[in-house]
Amino acid sequence: MFVLVVGGGKVGYYLAKELIDSGHEVALMEKDLTRARQIADEIGSIVIPHDGCEGKYLGQAGCNRADVVAAVTGDDEDNLVICQMAKHHFDVPRTIARVNNPKNEQLFRHLGVDELISPTRMILGSIEQDIPVHELLHLAALGEGDLEIIEAHLQAGSPAIGRAPIDLDLPEGCSLFALVRDGIASTLRPDTVLREGDKVIAIGKQECEAMLHGQLIGDPAAVGPG
Amino acid sequence: MKIVIVGCGRVGASTAEQWDAGGHEVIVVDVSTRAFERLPSSFRGSAIRGDGTDEDVLRRAGAEGASVLLALTEGDNRNIMAAQLAVEVLEIPRVVAKINDPLRAAAYAELGIATVCRTGLIADAVNTYLGEPPSGLAGMLAPTGHHTAGHHRRDAGPSAQTQTTAVPGASVEA
Repeated sequence: MFVLVVGGGKVGYYLAKELIDSGHEVALMEKDLTRARQIADEIGSIVIPHDGCEGKYLGQAGCNRADVVAAVTGDDEDNLVICQMAKHHFDVPRTIARVNNPKNEQLFRHLGVDELISPTRMILGSIEQDIPVHELLHLAALGEGDLEIIEAHLQAGSPAIGRAPIDLDLPEGCSLFALVRDGIASTLRPDTVLREGDKVIAIGKQECEAMLHGQLIGDPAAVGPG
Repeated sequence: MKIVIVGCGRVGASTAEQWDAGGHEVIVVDVSTRAFERLPSSFRGSAIRGDGTDEDVLRRAGAEGASVLLALTEGDNRNIMAAQLAVEVLEIPRVVAKINDPLRAAAYAELGIATVCRTGLIADAVNTYLGEPPSGLAGMLAPTGHHTAGHHRRDAGPSAQTQTTAVPGASVEA
Protein backbone atom coordinates (compact mmCIF):
# COMPACT_ATOMS: atom_id res chain seq x y z
CA MET A 1 0.00 0.00 0.00
CA PHE A 2 1.13 3.55 -0.64
CA VAL A 3 0.52 5.72 2.39
CA LEU A 4 1.04 9.47 2.32
CA VAL A 5 1.66 10.84 5.81
CA VAL A 6 1.33 14.60 6.27
CA GLY A 7 2.95 16.15 9.32
CA GLY A 8 6.40 15.21 10.57
CA GLY A 9 5.90 15.72 14.27
CA LYS A 10 6.30 12.86 16.72
CA VAL A 11 3.16 11.13 15.50
CA GLY A 12 3.98 11.41 11.80
CA TYR A 13 7.58 10.40 12.29
CA TYR A 14 6.87 7.22 14.23
CA LEU A 15 3.92 6.39 12.00
CA ALA A 16 6.11 6.61 8.90
CA LYS A 17 8.78 4.46 10.53
CA GLU A 18 6.31 1.77 11.56
CA LEU A 19 4.70 1.74 8.14
CA ILE A 20 8.07 1.31 6.42
CA ASP A 21 8.93 -1.53 8.78
CA SER A 22 5.67 -3.24 7.85
CA GLY A 23 6.67 -3.08 4.20
CA HIS A 24 4.47 -0.26 2.97
CA GLU A 25 5.46 2.43 0.53
CA VAL A 26 5.51 5.71 2.44
CA ALA A 27 5.94 9.40 1.67
CA LEU A 28 6.09 11.92 4.50
CA MET A 29 5.38 15.63 4.03
CA GLU A 30 6.81 18.12 6.52
CA LYS A 31 6.81 21.87 5.83
CA ASP A 32 9.51 22.79 8.32
CA LEU A 33 12.74 22.41 6.37
CA THR A 34 14.97 21.75 9.38
CA ARG A 35 12.64 19.11 10.74
CA ALA A 36 12.24 17.58 7.27
CA ARG A 37 16.03 17.26 6.87
CA GLN A 38 16.38 15.78 10.31
CA ILE A 39 13.84 13.06 9.51
CA ALA A 40 15.31 12.48 6.04
CA ASP A 41 18.75 11.89 7.57
CA GLU A 42 17.27 9.09 9.57
CA ILE A 43 14.70 7.40 7.39
CA GLY A 44 15.82 8.38 3.90
CA SER A 45 14.55 10.18 0.88
CA ILE A 46 10.85 9.60 1.41
CA VAL A 47 10.54 13.03 3.03
CA ILE A 48 9.00 15.83 0.99
CA PRO A 49 9.95 19.16 2.56
CA HIS A 50 6.75 21.00 1.64
CA ASP A 51 3.39 22.02 3.06
CA GLY A 52 0.90 19.21 2.56
CA CYS A 53 -1.96 21.71 2.66
CA GLU A 54 -0.89 23.09 -0.73
CA GLY A 55 -2.59 21.27 -3.56
CA LYS A 56 0.47 21.63 -5.76
CA TYR A 57 2.75 19.83 -3.32
CA LEU A 58 0.21 17.14 -2.53
CA GLY A 59 0.22 16.41 -6.25
CA GLN A 60 4.01 16.29 -6.36
CA ALA A 61 4.04 13.88 -3.46
CA GLY A 62 1.98 11.43 -5.50
CA CYS A 63 -1.30 12.02 -3.70
CA ASN A 64 -3.28 10.93 -6.78
CA ARG A 65 -2.01 7.38 -6.43
CA ALA A 66 -2.08 7.14 -2.63
CA ASP A 67 -4.19 4.38 -1.09
CA VAL A 68 -4.31 6.17 2.23
CA VAL A 69 -3.62 9.74 3.33
CA ALA A 70 -3.00 10.24 7.04
CA ALA A 71 -3.11 13.88 8.18
CA VAL A 72 -1.43 13.97 11.58
CA THR A 73 -0.30 17.56 12.08
CA GLY A 74 -1.02 19.33 15.36
CA ASP A 75 -3.61 21.61 13.77
CA ASP A 76 -7.14 20.38 13.22
CA GLU A 77 -7.89 22.83 10.41
CA ASP A 78 -4.81 21.66 8.49
CA ASN A 79 -5.74 18.01 8.94
CA LEU A 80 -9.26 18.69 7.72
CA VAL A 81 -8.06 20.50 4.60
CA ILE A 82 -5.44 17.85 3.79
CA CYS A 83 -8.08 15.11 3.96
CA GLN A 84 -10.65 17.05 1.96
CA MET A 85 -8.13 17.93 -0.76
CA ALA A 86 -6.98 14.30 -0.85
CA LYS A 87 -10.52 13.00 -1.07
CA HIS A 88 -12.13 15.46 -3.45
CA HIS A 89 -9.24 16.66 -5.53
CA PHE A 90 -7.07 13.54 -5.71
CA ASP A 91 -9.75 10.91 -5.13
CA VAL A 92 -7.86 9.10 -2.38
CA PRO A 93 -9.96 6.13 -1.21
CA ARG A 94 -9.14 6.41 2.48
CA THR A 95 -8.37 9.50 4.53
CA ILE A 96 -7.46 9.59 8.20
CA ALA A 97 -7.30 12.74 10.32
CA ARG A 98 -5.87 13.38 13.74
CA VAL A 99 -8.39 15.48 15.66
CA ASN A 100 -7.23 17.39 18.68
CA ASN A 101 -10.46 19.11 19.67
CA PRO A 102 -13.04 16.34 20.27
CA LYS A 103 -15.76 18.81 19.34
CA ASN A 104 -14.49 18.77 15.75
CA GLU A 105 -15.14 15.05 15.29
CA GLN A 106 -18.71 15.41 14.12
CA LEU A 107 -17.91 18.19 11.66
CA PHE A 108 -14.97 16.27 10.17
CA ARG A 109 -17.10 13.16 9.70
CA HIS A 110 -19.85 15.23 8.16
CA LEU A 111 -17.36 16.77 5.77
CA GLY A 112 -16.23 13.37 4.52
CA VAL A 113 -13.08 12.42 6.44
CA ASP A 114 -13.15 8.61 6.55
CA GLU A 115 -11.49 7.96 9.87
CA LEU A 116 -10.70 10.10 12.89
CA ILE A 117 -8.09 9.54 15.53
CA SER A 118 -8.57 11.67 18.61
CA PRO A 119 -5.77 11.51 21.18
CA THR A 120 -7.76 13.76 23.49
CA ARG A 121 -10.77 11.46 23.31
CA MET A 122 -8.60 8.37 23.89
CA ILE A 123 -6.99 9.80 26.99
CA LEU A 124 -10.37 10.98 28.27
CA GLY A 125 -11.77 7.50 27.70
CA SER A 126 -8.82 5.98 29.50
CA ILE A 127 -9.28 8.28 32.49
CA GLU A 128 -12.98 7.47 32.61
CA GLN A 129 -12.18 3.75 32.58
CA ASP A 130 -10.13 4.14 35.72
CA ILE A 131 -12.90 5.81 37.67
CA PRO A 132 -15.55 3.39 38.90
CA VAL A 133 -18.80 5.15 38.13
CA HIS A 134 -22.22 3.73 37.54
CA GLU A 135 -22.24 4.71 33.93
CA LEU A 136 -21.88 3.19 30.53
CA LEU A 137 -18.36 3.42 29.15
CA HIS A 138 -17.82 4.35 25.54
CA LEU A 139 -15.12 2.13 24.16
CA ALA A 140 -15.17 3.04 20.47
CA ALA A 141 -17.20 4.60 17.72
CA LEU A 142 -17.75 2.63 14.54
CA GLY A 143 -18.49 3.32 10.93
CA GLU A 144 -20.16 6.63 10.25
CA GLY A 145 -20.10 7.37 13.94
CA ASP A 146 -23.64 6.46 14.83
CA LEU A 147 -22.67 3.02 16.15
CA GLU A 148 -20.86 2.67 19.43
CA ILE A 149 -19.26 -0.07 21.42
CA ILE A 150 -20.23 0.34 25.03
CA GLU A 151 -19.23 -1.40 28.23
CA ALA A 152 -21.57 -1.77 31.18
CA HIS A 153 -20.20 -2.81 34.56
CA LEU A 154 -22.98 -4.58 36.46
CA GLN A 155 -23.00 -3.49 40.07
CA ALA A 156 -25.40 -3.90 42.95
CA GLY A 157 -28.71 -2.40 41.96
CA SER A 158 -28.45 -3.40 38.30
CA PRO A 159 -31.75 -4.88 37.12
CA ALA A 160 -29.81 -7.26 34.84
CA ILE A 161 -28.29 -9.27 37.71
CA GLY A 162 -29.78 -12.76 37.90
CA ARG A 163 -31.26 -12.44 34.44
CA ALA A 164 -30.08 -13.53 30.99
CA PRO A 165 -29.87 -11.28 27.89
CA ILE A 166 -32.91 -13.09 26.47
CA ASP A 167 -35.00 -11.82 29.42
CA LEU A 168 -33.89 -8.23 29.02
CA ASP A 169 -35.91 -5.66 27.16
CA LEU A 170 -33.20 -4.50 24.77
CA PRO A 171 -33.73 -1.63 22.37
CA GLU A 172 -33.97 -2.28 18.64
CA GLY A 173 -30.63 -2.14 16.82
CA CYS A 174 -28.60 -2.95 19.90
CA SER A 175 -26.88 -6.18 20.80
CA LEU A 176 -24.92 -7.51 23.76
CA PHE A 177 -22.09 -9.60 22.43
CA ALA A 178 -19.37 -10.18 24.97
CA LEU A 179 -19.00 -10.88 28.65
CA VAL A 180 -16.00 -10.18 30.84
CA ARG A 181 -16.21 -12.17 34.07
CA ASP A 182 -13.29 -12.37 36.51
CA GLY A 183 -11.04 -10.91 33.82
CA ILE A 184 -11.95 -13.57 31.26
CA ALA A 185 -13.74 -12.56 28.09
CA SER A 186 -16.26 -14.81 26.41
CA THR A 187 -19.14 -14.65 23.97
CA LEU A 188 -22.33 -13.62 25.69
CA ARG A 189 -24.99 -16.24 24.93
CA PRO A 190 -28.68 -15.34 25.11
CA ASP A 191 -29.13 -17.64 28.14
CA THR A 192 -26.05 -16.66 30.17
CA VAL A 193 -27.25 -15.56 33.60
CA LEU A 194 -25.56 -12.29 34.53
CA ARG A 195 -23.90 -11.73 37.89
CA GLU A 196 -22.79 -8.76 39.91
CA GLY A 197 -19.32 -7.65 38.79
CA ASP A 198 -19.80 -8.80 35.19
CA LYS A 199 -18.83 -6.49 32.40
CA VAL A 200 -21.10 -6.61 29.39
CA ILE A 201 -19.97 -5.28 26.02
CA ALA A 202 -22.71 -4.00 23.75
CA ILE A 203 -22.87 -2.56 20.28
CA GLY A 204 -25.66 -0.26 19.24
CA LYS A 205 -26.82 3.06 17.98
CA GLN A 206 -26.22 6.14 20.10
CA GLU A 207 -29.92 6.66 20.64
CA CYS A 208 -30.22 3.22 22.32
CA GLU A 209 -28.04 4.40 25.15
CA ALA A 210 -30.73 5.61 27.53
CA MET A 211 -32.63 2.33 27.30
CA LEU A 212 -29.45 0.28 27.60
CA HIS A 213 -28.58 2.28 30.68
CA GLY A 214 -31.96 1.46 32.22
CA GLN A 215 -31.58 -2.26 31.53
CA LEU A 216 -27.95 -2.77 32.56
CA ILE A 217 -27.12 -0.07 35.08
CA GLY A 218 -30.51 0.76 36.49
CA ASP A 219 -32.67 3.79 36.87
CA PRO A 220 -30.33 6.78 37.23
CA ALA A 221 -32.42 8.04 40.14
CA ALA A 222 -31.91 4.79 42.07
CA VAL A 223 -28.15 4.82 41.56
CA GLY A 224 -27.61 8.30 42.83
CA PRO A 225 -25.14 10.77 41.44
CA GLY A 226 -22.78 9.55 38.74
CA MET B 1 -28.42 42.61 8.32
CA LYS B 2 -26.14 40.67 10.64
CA ILE B 3 -22.63 39.96 9.40
CA VAL B 4 -19.86 37.98 11.10
CA ILE B 5 -16.22 38.62 10.25
CA VAL B 6 -13.63 36.10 11.40
CA GLY B 7 -10.16 37.65 11.47
CA CYS B 8 -9.55 41.29 12.27
CA GLY B 9 -6.53 41.95 10.09
CA ARG B 10 -6.35 44.78 7.56
CA VAL B 11 -9.01 43.29 5.31
CA GLY B 12 -11.25 42.16 8.17
CA ALA B 13 -11.06 45.44 10.04
CA SER B 14 -11.69 47.66 7.04
CA THR B 15 -14.56 45.49 5.86
CA ALA B 16 -16.03 45.63 9.38
CA GLU B 17 -15.67 49.39 9.40
CA GLN B 18 -17.52 49.77 6.09
CA TRP B 19 -20.39 47.46 6.98
CA ASP B 20 -20.74 49.06 10.39
CA ALA B 21 -20.80 52.55 8.85
CA GLY B 22 -23.44 51.24 6.45
CA GLY B 23 -25.73 50.57 9.40
CA HIS B 24 -25.34 46.80 9.63
CA GLU B 25 -24.92 44.67 12.73
CA VAL B 26 -21.26 43.58 12.64
CA ILE B 27 -19.60 40.95 14.82
CA VAL B 28 -15.81 40.60 14.57
CA VAL B 29 -14.01 37.55 15.95
CA ASP B 30 -10.25 37.31 16.39
CA VAL B 31 -7.92 35.29 18.61
CA SER B 32 -6.06 38.44 19.64
CA THR B 33 -7.61 41.46 21.33
CA ARG B 34 -4.76 43.59 19.95
CA ALA B 35 -6.18 43.02 16.48
CA PHE B 36 -9.25 45.01 17.52
CA GLU B 37 -7.06 48.14 17.72
CA ARG B 38 -7.45 48.25 13.94
CA LEU B 39 -11.15 49.02 14.35
CA PRO B 40 -12.03 52.73 14.40
CA SER B 41 -13.29 54.27 17.65
CA SER B 42 -16.59 54.89 15.89
CA PHE B 43 -17.17 51.11 15.53
CA ARG B 44 -20.47 50.16 17.16
CA GLY B 45 -20.44 46.43 16.45
CA SER B 46 -19.12 43.75 18.75
CA ALA B 47 -15.55 42.49 18.90
CA ILE B 48 -15.25 39.01 20.37
CA ARG B 49 -11.98 37.34 21.30
CA GLY B 50 -11.88 33.68 20.32
CA ASP B 51 -11.05 31.09 17.72
CA GLY B 52 -13.41 31.39 14.76
CA THR B 53 -12.93 27.72 13.89
CA ASP B 54 -14.55 26.75 17.20
CA GLU B 55 -18.30 26.26 16.94
CA ASP B 56 -18.88 27.27 20.56
CA VAL B 57 -17.01 30.55 20.07
CA LEU B 58 -19.05 31.42 16.98
CA ARG B 59 -22.30 30.64 18.78
CA ARG B 60 -21.29 32.63 21.85
CA ALA B 61 -20.36 35.53 19.59
CA GLY B 62 -23.91 35.48 18.28
CA ALA B 63 -23.20 34.13 14.79
CA GLU B 64 -26.44 32.17 14.67
CA GLY B 65 -28.97 33.78 12.40
CA ALA B 66 -26.35 35.87 10.60
CA SER B 67 -26.89 36.59 6.91
CA VAL B 68 -23.23 36.66 5.97
CA LEU B 69 -19.97 35.25 7.35
CA LEU B 70 -16.61 36.32 6.00
CA ALA B 71 -13.57 34.23 6.96
CA LEU B 72 -10.64 36.61 6.54
CA THR B 73 -7.84 35.41 8.84
CA GLU B 74 -4.25 35.01 7.67
CA GLY B 75 -4.59 31.23 7.45
CA ASP B 76 -6.22 29.63 4.42
CA ASN B 77 -7.12 26.51 6.38
CA ARG B 78 -8.56 28.42 9.31
CA ASN B 79 -10.74 30.31 6.87
CA ILE B 80 -11.80 27.09 5.18
CA MET B 81 -12.76 25.49 8.47
CA ALA B 82 -14.60 28.55 9.80
CA ALA B 83 -16.49 28.83 6.50
CA GLN B 84 -17.47 25.16 6.48
CA LEU B 85 -18.71 25.45 10.06
CA ALA B 86 -20.77 28.46 9.02
CA VAL B 87 -22.27 26.68 6.01
CA GLU B 88 -22.79 23.20 7.41
CA VAL B 89 -23.48 23.74 11.09
CA LEU B 90 -24.69 27.31 11.56
CA GLU B 91 -26.45 27.34 8.19
CA ILE B 92 -25.44 30.90 7.40
CA PRO B 93 -26.73 31.54 3.87
CA ARG B 94 -23.82 33.54 2.42
CA VAL B 95 -20.28 32.59 3.36
CA VAL B 96 -17.03 33.76 1.82
CA ALA B 97 -13.58 32.40 2.67
CA LYS B 98 -10.32 34.11 1.80
CA ILE B 99 -8.09 31.39 0.31
CA ASN B 100 -4.82 32.59 -1.15
CA ASP B 101 -3.76 29.25 -2.64
CA PRO B 102 -5.51 29.26 -6.06
CA LEU B 103 -5.76 25.47 -6.12
CA ARG B 104 -7.51 25.32 -2.75
CA ALA B 105 -9.68 28.29 -3.68
CA ALA B 106 -10.95 26.45 -6.77
CA ALA B 107 -11.36 23.14 -4.91
CA TYR B 108 -13.45 24.69 -2.12
CA ALA B 109 -15.67 26.62 -4.50
CA GLU B 110 -16.57 23.22 -5.88
CA LEU B 111 -17.27 22.03 -2.34
CA GLY B 112 -19.81 24.75 -1.66
CA ILE B 113 -17.93 27.81 -0.41
CA ALA B 114 -17.52 31.16 -2.13
CA THR B 115 -13.80 31.85 -2.17
CA VAL B 116 -11.77 34.99 -2.69
CA CYS B 117 -8.13 34.60 -3.68
CA ARG B 118 -5.67 37.44 -3.20
CA THR B 119 -3.20 35.79 -5.57
CA GLY B 120 -5.62 36.04 -8.49
CA LEU B 121 -6.99 39.46 -7.55
CA ILE B 122 -3.58 41.12 -7.33
CA ALA B 123 -2.19 39.42 -10.42
CA ASP B 124 -5.14 40.62 -12.49
CA ALA B 125 -5.18 44.12 -11.00
CA VAL B 126 -1.50 44.49 -11.91
CA ASN B 127 -1.96 42.93 -15.35
CA THR B 128 -4.87 45.24 -16.10
CA TYR B 129 -2.84 48.29 -15.04
CA LEU B 130 0.07 47.22 -17.24
CA GLY B 131 -2.20 46.35 -20.14
CA GLU B 132 -1.20 42.67 -20.01
CA PRO B 133 -3.60 39.76 -20.53
CA PRO B 134 -5.40 38.30 -17.47
CA SER B 135 -3.51 35.77 -15.34
CA GLY B 136 -6.13 33.06 -15.66
CA LEU B 137 -6.22 32.78 -11.88
CA ALA B 138 -9.67 33.35 -10.41
CA GLY B 139 -10.07 36.16 -7.90
CA MET B 140 -13.58 35.50 -6.67
CA LEU B 141 -15.31 32.17 -7.15
CA ALA B 142 -18.95 31.43 -6.46
CA PRO B 143 -19.79 28.03 -4.98
CA THR B 144 -20.68 25.49 -7.65
CA GLY B 145 -21.25 22.29 -5.71
CA HIS B 146 -21.58 20.73 -2.32
CA HIS B 147 -19.10 18.70 -0.30
CA THR B 148 -21.14 15.53 -0.70
CA ALA B 149 -21.38 15.95 -4.47
CA GLY B 150 -17.87 17.19 -5.12
CA HIS B 151 -16.31 13.75 -5.36
CA HIS B 152 -14.58 13.06 -8.66
CA ARG B 153 -13.65 9.74 -10.10
CA ARG B 154 -9.94 9.09 -9.85
CA ASP B 155 -9.56 8.49 -13.61
CA ALA B 156 -10.97 11.96 -14.26
CA GLY B 157 -7.74 13.27 -12.73
CA PRO B 158 -7.06 16.44 -10.80
CA SER B 159 -7.55 18.56 -13.92
CA ALA B 160 -11.29 17.93 -13.71
CA GLN B 161 -11.61 20.89 -11.37
CA THR B 162 -12.10 23.59 -13.98
CA GLN B 163 -15.89 23.95 -14.14
CA THR B 164 -15.92 26.63 -11.46
CA THR B 165 -17.54 29.89 -12.44
CA ALA B 166 -15.54 33.03 -12.07
CA VAL B 167 -17.51 36.08 -11.06
CA PRO B 168 -15.72 38.86 -12.92
CA GLY B 169 -15.22 42.03 -11.00
CA ALA B 170 -17.05 40.76 -7.92
CA SER B 171 -15.69 41.98 -4.63
CA VAL B 172 -16.38 41.37 -0.97
CA GLU B 173 -18.88 44.21 -0.87
CA ALA B 174 -20.96 42.67 -3.66
